[in-house]
Amino acid sequence: MRRILVGIKRVVDYNVRIRLKPDASGIVTDGVKMSINPFDEIALEEALRIRERGGADEVIAVSIGTNDAQQQLRTALAMGADRAVLVELPAGAGAEGMLEPLAAATVLLKLVQREQPLLAILGKQAIDDDNSQTGQILAALWDRPQATFASKVELIGDTARVTREVDAGLETLEVDLPAVITTDLRLNEPRYVKLPDIMKAKKKPLEVIPLASLGVPTARQTTMVRFDPPPQRQKGVMVKDAAELVAALHGKGLL
Amino acid sequence: MSRILIVAEHDGVHLNPGTAKCVTCAAALSGATITVAVLARDPAAVASQAAALQGVAQVLAVANAANEHPMAAVLAPQIAALARARDFTHVFGPATTFGKDLMPRVAALLGAPQISDIMAIESATRFRRPVYAGNAILTVEVTPGILIAGTVRTASFAAAGTGGRAAIETVAPAVTLPTHTRFVAVSAASSDRPDLQTARRVVSGGRALGSADGFKLMFALADKLGAAVGASRAAVDAGYAPNELQVGQTGKIIAPELYIAIGISGAIQHLTGIKDARTIVAINKDAEAPIFEVADYGLVGDLFEIVPELSKLLG
Repeated sequence: MRRILVGIKRVVDYNVRIRLKPDASGIVTDGVKMSINPFDEIALEEALRIRERGGADEVIAVSIGTNDAQQQLRTALAMGADRAVLVELPAGAGAEGMLEPLAAATVLLKLVQREQPLLAILGKQAIDDDNSQTGQILAALWDRPQATFASKVELIGDTARVTREVDAGLETLEVDLPAVITTDLRLNEPRYVKLPDIMKAKKKPLEVIPLASLGVPTARQTTMVRFDPPPQRQKGVMVKDAAELVAALHGKGLL
Repeated sequence: MSRILIVAEHDGVHLNPGTAKCVTCAAALSGATITVAVLARDPAAVASQAAALQGVAQVLAVANAANEHPMAAVLAPQIAALARARDFTHVFGPATTFGKDLMPRVAALLGAPQISDIMAIESATRFRRPVYAGNAILTVEVTPGILIAGTVRTASFAAAGTGGRAAIETVAPAVTLPTHTRFVAVSAASSDRPDLQTARRVVSGGRALGSADGFKLMFALADKLGAAVGASRAAVDAGYAPNELQVGQTGKIIAPELYIAIGISGAIQHLTGIKDARTIVAINKDAEAPIFEVADYGLVGDLFEIVPELSKLLG
């Protein structure tokens, strides 16, 4: 069975304006809309397209999170994943209860060893911690290739040809399978979930594995000391036309 | 005492300016001794540029044909071997696509935590970094006594000066390099304009440009100013500009002296990419656009009239 493993992280929705807790211990999540990390949605879409083209037989959506993350896995199943696995974290631990990237990648490695996928596709970063590490760490621990920030993926025999968004432009790598791919924004546009798919998703298998049963070391190497608001820029002055703007910039020595 | 290994980014000929910014960041660590590693097919030219950076004590030059194109799977084991052999306390790289790709793989091989996008150093184990697309700044403390990997947010640090004379040592880490990852091609948008990441002036266009044709106004104005051209994510998504011009949390994070945002409303993810700009100019027909909240100079009006006029005035 040719499988693709897709990482799904439950994060504060892209459109939510985040608010900091007054004690600086984190951000307010009570009553806040949660969604699949947008880059993970792109990862899932790519896996589904590869399966639909005949390049894979099964797409497995995997999340590491509290029990609530079942909601995002159900959405992933509704999008078209064949089954889902939640590695469940104890509830109520807050931000400090989340795994660091090294521990998260080690958990994913356990699942990779169990499922033997030809590809693990992850988002290039989660929009909460913005770490952009887990895919690369997984590839290192698995001792397999990584193709990060992908904007195009083609499977050719036992290899993948991946176009990557790099600072200079577009880079193409050829990697042997199995491999890890992380997704950039322009890889694809994820499909919308239709109501009948939501009904069907309720019947698809969703396995819950307690984190403790995997025997992965999860002691934190870092402590989140405090969350502060970013420094604010001061609002400047309005000018009435192009001539006044040019004069002002000249005055400041910027032209 | 901190012993920092910085991984140089380069194109085989020139050292990327991000490396000099990593040096400034590392120099903020107490009792810093800074080493720069240059991995290349032929590292001589880049190594001598690294050796000239103020604050660098030593350059390690690794010559290997496999290092011709930077690939994380190939570079990481060599860097991890250097870090282990020489007892470094920190391993840093720039938070560019090069460093973001490479450094977590290095960290994983070393079992080290990585601090991504370091924007300030508070101590040898305490750092500040942006999270939630820059809507919060996290102070993070690493457990003392363990090796720390990090990527440095280059917009937060000035480049180290030149004039230094660090010793260059040629080394050959004894590691087997994988062949499972192969470079095929890179298509760089060749341009005579300054590089967006390091330009002193940037002219950036948004969705209000209306078309790829409309976006050409940006290039005309940029050429008058000797500026690089950027774009908002909306303009990139609409196909008006290529993705490598994207400025913002999901694109490039820049800190030019002058940033001119034209037809850009100022979504938070865009503002995250420009908040270290020295002076921000906003031109937009919507007086309520959030970009005006952060702009040093704002001009409300039709960009299709204002921009040609600006170009003329700058003649």
